[in-house]
Amino acid sequence: MLYREAGQFKTSYVADQAIFPIRQDRIGLAVILIAAFVGVPLFGSDFFISAVMVPLLVFSLAAIGLNILTGYTGLLSLGTGGFMGVGAFACYKLTTVFPDVNIIIWVLVSGFFSCGIGILFGLPSLRIKGFYLAVATLSAQFFLDWAFVRIPWLVNNNTSGAIEVPTRTLLGIPVTGPTAQPEVRYLVILSVVTLLTVIASNLVHGRIGRSWMAVRDMDLAAELMGIRLYRTKLLAFAVSSYYCGVAGALMVFFWYGSAEPAVFGIDQSFFILFMVIIGGLGSLVGSFFGAALIYGMPIILKGVVAMVGLQITPATVEHLTFMTVGALIILFLIIEPAGLARLWQIGKQKLRVWPFPY
Amino acid sequence: MDILYKVFIDPFMQMGGAPDLLVQTLWEGLVAGMLYALIALGFVLIFKASGVFNFAQGIMVVFAALTLVGIYDLLRQWGVPSGWLAAYLALALSLVVMFGLAFAVERVMLRPLVNQPDIILFMATFGLTYFLIGFGEFVFGGNPKRMIAGELNLPSGAVEFKMAGGFVSMQKIDIAAVLIVSVMVGALSFFFQRTRIGRALRAVADSHKAALSVGISLNQIWVIVWFAAGVVALTTGIMWGARSEVSFSLQIIALKALPVLILGGFTSIPGAIVGGLIIGVGEKIGEFYWGPLLGSGIESWLAYVIALLFLLYRPQGLFGEKIIERI
Repeated sequence: MLYREAGQFKTSYVADQAIFPIRQDRIGLAVILIAAFVGVPLFGSDFFISAVMVPLLVFSLAAIGLNILTGYTGLLSLGTGGFMGVGAFACYKLTTVFPDVNIIIWVLVSGFFSCGIGILFGLPSLRIKGFYLAVATLSAQFFLDWAFVRIPWLVNNNTSGAIEVPTRTLLGIPVTGPTAQPEVRYLVILSVVTLLTVIASNLVHGRIGRSWMAVRDMDLAAELMGIRLYRTKLLAFAVSSYYCGVAGALMVFFWYGSAEPAVFGIDQSFFILFMVIIGGLGSLVGSFFGAALIYGMPIILKGVVAMVGLQITPATVEHLTFMTVGALIILFLIIEPAGLARLWQIGKQKLRVWPFPY
Repeated sequence: MDILYKVFIDPFMQMGGAPDLLVQTLWEGLVAGMLYALIALGFVLIFKASGVFNFAQGIMVVFAALTLVGIYDLLRQWGVPSGWLAAYLALALSLVVMFGLAFAVERVMLRPLVNQPDIILFMATFGLTYFLIGFGEFVFGGNPKRMIAGELNLPSGAVEFKMAGGFVSMQKIDIAAVLIVSVMVGALSFFFQRTRIGRALRAVADSHKAALSVGISLNQIWVIVWFAAGVVALTTGIMWGARSEVSFSLQIIALKALPVLILGGFTSIPGAIVGGLIIGVGEKIGEFYWGPLLGSGIESWLAYVIALLFLLYRPQGLFGEKIIERI
């Protein structure tokens, strides 16, 4: 009843082609943004901000990055963790070599390093397709994994072999390091994620996004229509790894505080891929849903177990969590193979015609 | 110049200088390759018949081995004297469990997801992986277990050969592994080429629709294929378990099977074997002779790079079916 576009007339093509053509959608988005920027820092507890919201945003950004590659361009990649690592290590090197430059600039710049690596490992993508390409990107993952451990120069030859985030300030307020408040870190991440999501949205709705989707649907046909395959695929690799790199830098600098190379392992790649597939391939909002579901599911499951108050050991809880997550993944795929984004679409459509569905 | 010498000349000098070490390394590569090939074989069986890229093959190996050891322990608790009788009884019961798993996978997972894009089915096998990890740890516990190799009458110890002023030592279990793998590949080839079910399997691999139209039951075929993959997984589990121990870290080797797969081609059984041998030998030789140049540990990614280089020349793998694209 409330969610209906009746009476909202468009008088220009621009208005008609808007990403959110319905006024209620725009209001809803504004409410979400205000809640995220004002409500959460004001009313959220420290635990909620640093253990729920911050990881959620970081994973969403990485999922958007992978979604550009896998969902929009149809190139299956298992190297996400490695690309995130490149971003994190690049950011660490940059900020220790040039400590006076603002950390946020370095976070955004570090993405370009991972972008370069991404292009390098994207080069085989013209000849290799499908699952063969997925396994080829695994070589990026394993090579980068190895490089993070074996090249001590990346962590300035420190003995622990891990990134230890130094304290950096913005307008006199510490934003990274042990003294930074969770609210501050959250707001920085939120701003970066919002900015990059807007850019991604503009990319995928424009000419570039359309050429990506044409390549996804059938690359030969796209080539015959005049899309330069190599450029398009490499651009997808570049943009995708940029997003993953920034997500990796944010993860280490604003969430973990210190990180060993192991966090950029193959598990991280799979984790992000789950988010993209469960959230919905080729959907930006799906990336957020997927991140929330995959990251939130184990937390919620543990909460449920604690609430029920069963007398079982933590190890058993762990096993049951694994089993349930596995079963739920299969269940979600059976219910809606197109992901949570499609469920969201269906829900909105139902809401528009409610209460008279015909 | 120095680096060129170290890359192109020095390793070969070392090989020529100590041929016994070279043979030893080759043998180790061969055995590792055989075992990679076994896992790859499980992948290929399922991919050929249902187009599913079965990521769960690695965990199926662990699960099968754990089931075998778990049932053996259970049988002993029930009073069956430990020894070969209990071991073979456990083996038979494990086969039943693997059949049950194949049946359940087909019923619960594949049937509702029929006709979905490949990536969705791939994702579903990830779900299966997680489920099996949780289930396996829940039932059998997360501790590493000893494989009942002796009870299954698998040999142990080593044989040594004198060669060019040195020794080459071969574990008997490795020799047994090579023999068993050869027999199994032979049996599988026979099964695929000569039997009625094998012909049906090949028909399904060619085209689901055409196979259905001549009266082949897809569901039945899928159960058979997943069961065959389960048998391969059980064999792999016994072999790997006998070499080290049965633990969940074994599933990491499944990732090693992926470059073998792309090297040999997803659809070719001989490809899996040849790919496995190339990767196994290449990896060991590379690690042993070139590894020190890069600070060792290159074993973890060398296989992928070898596979990637092959792929650039043949995008469908060495023995894969030629990819024909039509608009």
